[in-house]
Amino acid sequence: MSVKQSLLAILDQGPCYGYQLRHEFDRRTGSTWPLNVGQIYNTLERLERDGLVAKGETDEQGHVFFEITDAGRLEVRSWLSSPVERGQGTRDELAIKLALAATLPGVDVTEVIQTQRRASLAQLQELNRAKYAGSDPEGPQELAWSLVVDSMIFAAEAEVRWLDHTEQRLALRPRHTLALELSSQRPKRGRPVAADAAERTPRIEAEATR
Amino acid sequence: MSGDAILRLVGVSQQYGVGETSVSALSGVDLEVARGELVAIMGASGSGKSTLLSIAGGLAHPTTGEVIVEGRHLSTASPRELALLRRRSLGFVFQDFNLIPTLTALENVTLPLELDGFRARVARRAGRDALSSVDLADKFHSYPDDLSGGQQQRVAIARAVVGGRRLILADEPTGALDSVTGELVLKMLRTRVDAGAAAILVTHEARHAAWADRIVFLRDGRIVDESRRDGVDDLVGTSA
Repeated sequence: MSVKQSLLAILDQGPCYGYQLRHEFDRRTGSTWPLNVGQIYNTLERLERDGLVAKGETDEQGHVFFEITDAGRLEVRSWLSSPVERGQGTRDELAIKLALAATLPGVDVTEVIQTQRRASLAQLQELNRAKYAGSDPEGPQELAWSLVVDSMIFAAEAEVRWLDHTEQRLALRPRHTLALELSSQRPKRGRPVAADAAERTPRIEAEATR
Repeated sequence: MSGDAILRLVGVSQQYGVGETSVSALSGVDLEVARGELVAIMGASGSGKSTLLSIAGGLAHPTTGEVIVEGRHLSTASPRELALLRRRSLGFVFQDFNLIPTLTALENVTLPLELDGFRARVARRAGRDALSSVDLADKFHSYPDDLSGGQQQRVAIARAVVGGRRLILADEPTGALDSVTGELVLKMLRTRVDAGAAAILVTHEARHAAWADRIVFLRDGRIVDESRRDGVDDLVGTSA
């Protein structure tokens, strides 16, 4: 998540001190992504170093107010007008788990899918309940919070739809056509050479090597 | 739960055809729906969802098993008794609303009561209450064509619960609605259930099933799993 740009966008509304920024961030996102004050001050330091904010006045209680600079305003405009880039490929544990499970002889993939579906639906039920427990869902703070919850609801729904789709696709194939025994051929060292699938598939970064 | 069950399905099976060519649409389904409970039925196409709903509503007879609505065994009910039961205890909500276009919202809602012999004044009062309960107090005299899809579906929900009917059977009720309107309709359904009705919601959309207290999964005509709403830790931080 872009803490830096979020704080800048708030500072674009007027000077704030650190704790105040945290409060403003929370009430706009319904505390769904808690930030600690330390994180806020670290971010402010970096923003100041990069010339995007500047220290302003200090009030009687000793609060140091930060102000956005012209460069900071440009950064906010640019952030709001560009799409969020997501990493290519997948490191989604579930996708990898299902792909593996589908090739393991003796593993009931349908059960693996159902276990996940049950959990995803329980999460959806809980999100739904949280969303409608609010007193005034159309108040500005409630609305901001419920927009964030909506994004979680739609993400969970997408996961269930994908599980349904996967289950139906697998159901069309006899079990034995998917099972892969351990290969008797020893792999050569290094990356597989020009494997068709590897060229078609978005590259999965080798996180395991870190 | 049995004491408070409005609907009970006991060992319900439905077969089409005989011998080697027979197809089993439902196999040994046991299901109870209590007052104040919304149960969602999920499953792929052909898993038996709609068959289950038809059987629960007395529109189809199971090959074997018992369906009991408010203590009444449907298998021993005469056609006349079944018709009465459907009129007095059950309310259906369909994807395409099924309102009568030449009747106003209020007339659509009061029709089942008038068919049942209620005096017009009594029926109208019940109809107005039902429409008000789904926030349509200002649409009594509107015709379906003058209402939005969401409003039409709310009229259908009012019709399903009018006159104290307590079992609502909804088949993809949000299928023809946009997502925000669909959510409103489900909220209304949830409210009616919280007020004392019982409901079955057939849906293939997880987001809608999440309104239910229980989600029942059908596969090849069998209940294969069930997800409950209780006992799950809060997954969203709702406090600061």
